[in-house]
Amino acid sequence: MHFLFKTAYAQDVALFKHGGQKFWYALLAVALVAAPFLLSEYALSQFTFIGIYAIVCLGLMLLSGFTGQVSLGHAGFLAMGAYTEAWLQSMGWPFVLSLTMSALVAGITGILVGLPALRVKGIYLAIATLAFGFIIEEAVVRAEHITGGNAGRQLEKLVIAGIDFDDGINYYYLVTAIAVLCVLGVLNLLRSPTGRAFVAIRDSEVSAQSMGINLAYYKTVAFALSAALAGIAGALYAHKIRFITPDQFGFLQSIELLMMVVIGGLGSIQGAIFGPAFWFIVQQVIVIGKDWLPPALGQQTGLQPTIFGFILIAVVLFEPMGLYGRWLKFRTFLQIFPFYRKGMFKRQKSYMKSERMK
Amino acid sequence: MTTPMLEAVNLSVRFGGLLAVNDVSFEVWPNEVFSLIGPNGAGKTTIFNLISALYRPTSGEVRFEGEVISRMPPHVVARHGIARTFQNIELFEHATVLQNLLVGRHCHRHTGWVQDLLFTGSVRRAELEFRRQVEEVIEFLDLQHYRDSLVVGLPYGVRKVVELARALSMRPRLLLLDEPSSGLNTEETEDMGFWIEDIKADLGITVIMVEHDMGLVSRVSDRVLALNLGEVLTLGTPEEVQAHPGVIEAYLGGVDDD
Repeated sequence: MHFLFKTAYAQDVALFKHGGQKFWYALLAVALVAAPFLLSEYALSQFTFIGIYAIVCLGLMLLSGFTGQVSLGHAGFLAMGAYTEAWLQSMGWPFVLSLTMSALVAGITGILVGLPALRVKGIYLAIATLAFGFIIEEAVVRAEHITGGNAGRQLEKLVIAGIDFDDGINYYYLVTAIAVLCVLGVLNLLRSPTGRAFVAIRDSEVSAQSMGINLAYYKTVAFALSAALAGIAGALYAHKIRFITPDQFGFLQSIELLMMVVIGGLGSIQGAIFGPAFWFIVQQVIVIGKDWLPPALGQQTGLQPTIFGFILIAVVLFEPMGLYGRWLKFRTFLQIFPFYRKGMFKRQKSYMKSERMK
Repeated sequence: MTTPMLEAVNLSVRFGGLLAVNDVSFEVWPNEVFSLIGPNGAGKTTIFNLISALYRPTSGEVRFEGEVISRMPPHVVARHGIARTFQNIELFEHATVLQNLLVGRHCHRHTGWVQDLLFTGSVRRAELEFRRQVEEVIEFLDLQHYRDSLVVGLPYGVRKVVELARALSMRPRLLLLDEPSSGLNTEETEDMGFWIEDIKADLGITVIMVEHDMGLVSRVSDRVLALNLGEVLTLGTPEEVQAHPGVIEAYLGGVDDD
């Protein structure tokens, strides 16, 4: 078992807690850089999607996993980013600026959507964000001169400083770099007062305000940042797909995003990456597995959603911490082998929240 | 005479038809331990919630060092230097003890979320400073063993101390303790008593406390305010209050109560 012997306060602030972590993350970085040389074009394209979805999930994790505000309308922010990017590109804006604008536009929308969050909680907030998702989808259909309506909108080739990013490998590197930056940003937030304020709001609003945390302000910031991340992902998504239509940003997309976050493990940054990674891998397994199943089952239209539905139910029942929780247990098992025992992660149930204010 | 630290002036709160607090006035002087006692439903916690501005008074006001705080939002009141604990422990359960205490430093932050996002040098320096300040509280309350444990996994008695620690991390001038000894065993209550004495003597923090354990109340309090049904019964030293016939009646029921 690895015991951490702390000798300086700086260790509590550091991103990597010990040398082992540095080593494994360095290895991951090498793997990410080497991926294009090891993977087929198709597999690399799937990895690019994982990177894009990891950015949205990161935003959703920040909002739902860390600040405790549910959003059922995140596809709406994705759409804001995607269409802003498509429109600004056609106006001749350089990518760096248009990407920043996509994040800004989505972020400002996030603030507007966050306003009801200052008044309503839980299921009511879920309904409010759900309605927002529908409004955006509908607005995109109607605003034909910008979005192309139901007929969709084509994006031009992405070229930055003479480098062609239509190429799978270049685009993979671009997405990965942006995703890594986003992860670092969120990690920074979480180890600073802002992140702690988010967690405080999630766990107890009453005591958060008694600690001097301005609930309205931090909820708004959480919404804005979460939406801005979705906006960035939306812009990257638009360039990846090169053809965007309103139905790509529908209610189902929002639900899928939320499912990814829950399956990955609410309240963990790793979960925001495990979620989409698992999602795309299982999707591939289903596509391949289809041919092995009897046609009556394999060719059913609802096969994929059904399987994901069952996975979600299994996660909620058996591993509320999601894949990240599973990973923690597995890691502990390896670290203290052979002393792992069942129930090490069981927590005592507490019933102290019986009498709350308001 | 100097100005009182906290002043409640003709406070009243009405919840629908229930007059929870009725025309209560009192003053708390700097560096004293002031206890509120009374049977259940006397309005003690309601007064706490009025001071920390979670409730608005129907009439009357609360003044902190001469400034009216009963119309400010709760987070602004906290920034004035008023910290509190809760009757039913309101910790951030899925965070570590250390993170909980660091939240206590929140109102002393100078950086905004943009700097936090980039984790600039000033954020790093502030974090290290917060960490050092929090360690002083950890030492004061003997929480060294629990620094990195999640609050969910801690026993009740320890959570109670962590909540006190979090309030102290704010370095408040006024500390509100809502039933600090409830759910604690005799030994833990004893410790709590020592700590409250130290908080007053060593840290120079004024304490207002709601408490049912009369042993603890008479040990640490300078003055006691007895309430019943939202009204002031009496105010005085612990001995005076305990001997007051109205207090005995409110707690035990009077002879002519039948």
